[in-house]
Amino acid sequence: MDTLLSLLHGFTVALAPSKMLFCLIGVFLGTAVGVLPGIGPALTVALLLPVTFKLDPAGSLIMFAGIYYGGMYGGSTTAILLNAPGESASLATALEGSKMAKAGRGGPALATSAIGSFVAGLIATIGLAFLAPWLVEVAVHFGPWDYFALMIVAFVTVSATFGDSPLRGLTSLFLGITLGLVGIDKLTGQARLTFGVPELLNGVEVTTLAVGLFAVGEAFYVASKRFRDPEEIIPIKGSLWMTKQDWKRSWAPWLRGTAFGFPIGALPAGGAEVPTFLSYSTEKRLCKYPEEFGKGAIEGVAGPEAANNASAAGTLVPLLTLGLPTSATAAIMLAGFQQYGLNPGPLLFAEKPDLVWGLIASLFIANVMLVILNLPLIGLWVRLLAIPQPWLYAGILVFSTMGTLAVNGSPVELAMLFAFGFLGYLMRRYDYPVAPMVVGLILGPMAEQQLRRALQISLGDPMILLENPGSATLLGIAFVALVAPFVMSGLNRFKASED
Amino acid sequence: MTNETRKAAANKPALIVGVLLLIVAALVGHDASQQTITSTYGVGPTAVPYVVAAGLVILGLAHFVVAFREGLPAPEEADSKALLWIAGGLAFLIACIALGGGFVIAIAALFACTARGMGRRALLIDAAIGFVLGLVIFLVFAKLLTLILPSGPLERLFL
Repeated sequence: MDTLLSLLHGFTVALAPSKMLFCLIGVFLGTAVGVLPGIGPALTVALLLPVTFKLDPAGSLIMFAGIYYGGMYGGSTTAILLNAPGESASLATALEGSKMAKAGRGGPALATSAIGSFVAGLIATIGLAFLAPWLVEVAVHFGPWDYFALMIVAFVTVSATFGDSPLRGLTSLFLGITLGLVGIDKLTGQARLTFGVPELLNGVEVTTLAVGLFAVGEAFYVASKRFRDPEEIIPIKGSLWMTKQDWKRSWAPWLRGTAFGFPIGALPAGGAEVPTFLSYSTEKRLCKYPEEFGKGAIEGVAGPEAANNASAAGTLVPLLTLGLPTSATAAIMLAGFQQYGLNPGPLLFAEKPDLVWGLIASLFIANVMLVILNLPLIGLWVRLLAIPQPWLYAGILVFSTMGTLAVNGSPVELAMLFAFGFLGYLMRRYDYPVAPMVVGLILGPMAEQQLRRALQISLGDPMILLENPGSATLLGIAFVALVAPFVMSGLNRFKASED
Repeated sequence: MTNETRKAAANKPALIVGVLLLIVAALVGHDASQQTITSTYGVGPTAVPYVVAAGLVILGLAHFVVAFREGLPAPEEADSKALLWIAGGLAFLIACIALGGGFVIAIAALFACTARGMGRRALLIDAAIGFVLGLVIFLVFAKLLTLILPSGPLERLFL
C-alpha cells in the first residue's frame, strides 16, 4: 500500500507540465541520437548528459529517464533497418529484425519492437516500483563489507559476461579501476597518480571516458575499415501495422522476454545481453513456425526486444536502491546523479522521495510517450539513418567534444578524450570489451571506500569480510563466477586436444 | 601468411599489451610508494593501489601466456590515412582551444578533417558546414543554456 501511495505521489511530481515537457524532450532527443548508427544507449546518455547540466535535479533526471528509453528504442530501429546493432543487447534483435526488413516487413518489426518494449517497460517498471522499497529495507541493514562484496560480484559478472574472453574483460576492468585511483583520495586527501597535473586532482570524469571510448573510439574504428563493409538501409515497404496474426504471435514472446529480462537485469549480472539471447533461443524452440527463424520470424524480434527493455528497467533496481551500476549505461546514469551531489542508495529513498518516485513515475510516462511518439515518427527516424557516414561521424565527434568542453573546458580534458578515443579504437581492434572499463572507473573508488570503511570498523582485520554471512556468501559467488570460465575453458581445451 | 608465423613465434600484440600492463602496474606501485599521508587506523590510501598493481601484474603475465598460445584475435587491416586525418583534426582542435583560437574554428576544422578521413573529398564545403554547426552550437549554449564555450576573437563578436 505504501508503494502505491509513494507511486501516486511520484505521478503528481512527474505529471507537472514542465516535467512532462522534459520527459518529452528526453524521449525525442534520446531516440534521435540513439537511432544514429554506431551509437548505443550508453553513448546516447553520455552525449546528452551536458544538455541536462543546467536543469534542476528532478527535471534533469526525468529527462534522463526519457533519454534512456528513447536511446534504447532508437538502437533497435538501427538494428532492424541497418542490421547494425549499436550494442550487444540488440544483436539478437538484428538477427531476425533485419531479415524481416529485407522481406518487406520492416514496419511490423519496428511495431512489435515498439509495442513489446512498451509492454515490457511497463511490467518491469511496476516490478521496479514494488521491488525497490523492499530491497531498500534489506539494504538499510547492509554494512560496508556487504557493499564491498556486492561490488566485487558486479566487477566479476560485468567483466566476465561482456565479450568472449574473461582475460580481456578483466584487463579492461582493471584499467578502469586504475583510472579510478587518479585524483585526491576522499578519506585522507592524498593525491594519487596525478603526476603533478592539477587538472587530474578531481579524478577522471566518467563521461569523458565513456564518450572517448564509445564515440571517438568508434569513429576511429569505423574510419579504419570504411572500405570493407558499406552499410545499407533497407527501405520500409508495405504496411507499418501489425496484422492480427502478428499480434497473436507477439504477445507471448513479449511476456516471456520480460520474464527473462527483468530478473537478470535486476541481479548484478551484467546487462541485457544474456536475457536477449536467452529469449531468442527460447522463442526459437517454442515457435510454431521454426522454419521461419533465420528468415525473419516476428517472435525473434518481439522476445529479445522485450527482454532488452525489461532488463534496462531491471538495472535501475540495483542502481537506485544500492547505488550499484551493472552496465555502462547505468554507470553513466550514476555519474549523472553524482553531478547533482545525489548518491543513489537506501538513503536517497528516505531523503528525496519526491525525486526517486518522480523518476520512477516518469519511467511510465516515458514509456507511453515512446509509443505515441515513435509509431508516427518512424519516417523521420528512417531519414536520420540516411545521413552520409562522413557527416555522421564528423557530427558525432563535434558533439563529443562539445560535451567535454561544456562540462570542463580545459585542453587537458580534451587531450584525455582524445587519448581514451585512441585506446577505445585499439580495444575494439583487438576485441577488448570497453564497458567493464567504464564500470571499473565509477565502481572502483566506491568499492575502495567501502572496503576501507569496513576495515576501519574491524580495526584493520580483513577477516571481517568472511565473518559476515552476507559478504562471505557474495564473495564466494564472485570467486566462483571468476574461476568458472577459466576452468571451463581449460576443460574445453582438454577436450579439444583429446579429439 | 600470418597464420604460419603465428604458430612459430609469439603473438606480438599480446606481448605488447603484457608489457604495457606491467608498465602501468609499475607506475601505480611507484606512485603508491611515494605517498606521504597515512591513515591512523584501518588501511591507508596506498593499500588499494598496491592490490590494483598486483592485479595488473597478474593480467600482464597472463597476456604473456596468451601470446604463446592462441594470441589476440587478428585484426583486419586498418586504413591508417583515415586515422591520421581524424587524429590531425582532434590535435588541431586541442591546440586551437589551448591557444585561444575559439570553439567555432576548432569545430569547423574537426568536422572537415573527420569527414575527409571518412572518405569525403570536399574539404572546404565540409569546413563551411562545420563552421555553421559550431556557430549554432556556440549560440545555443551561450543564449539558451547560459554556458559559454571556449571563446576566441570570433566568438566575442557574438557575446
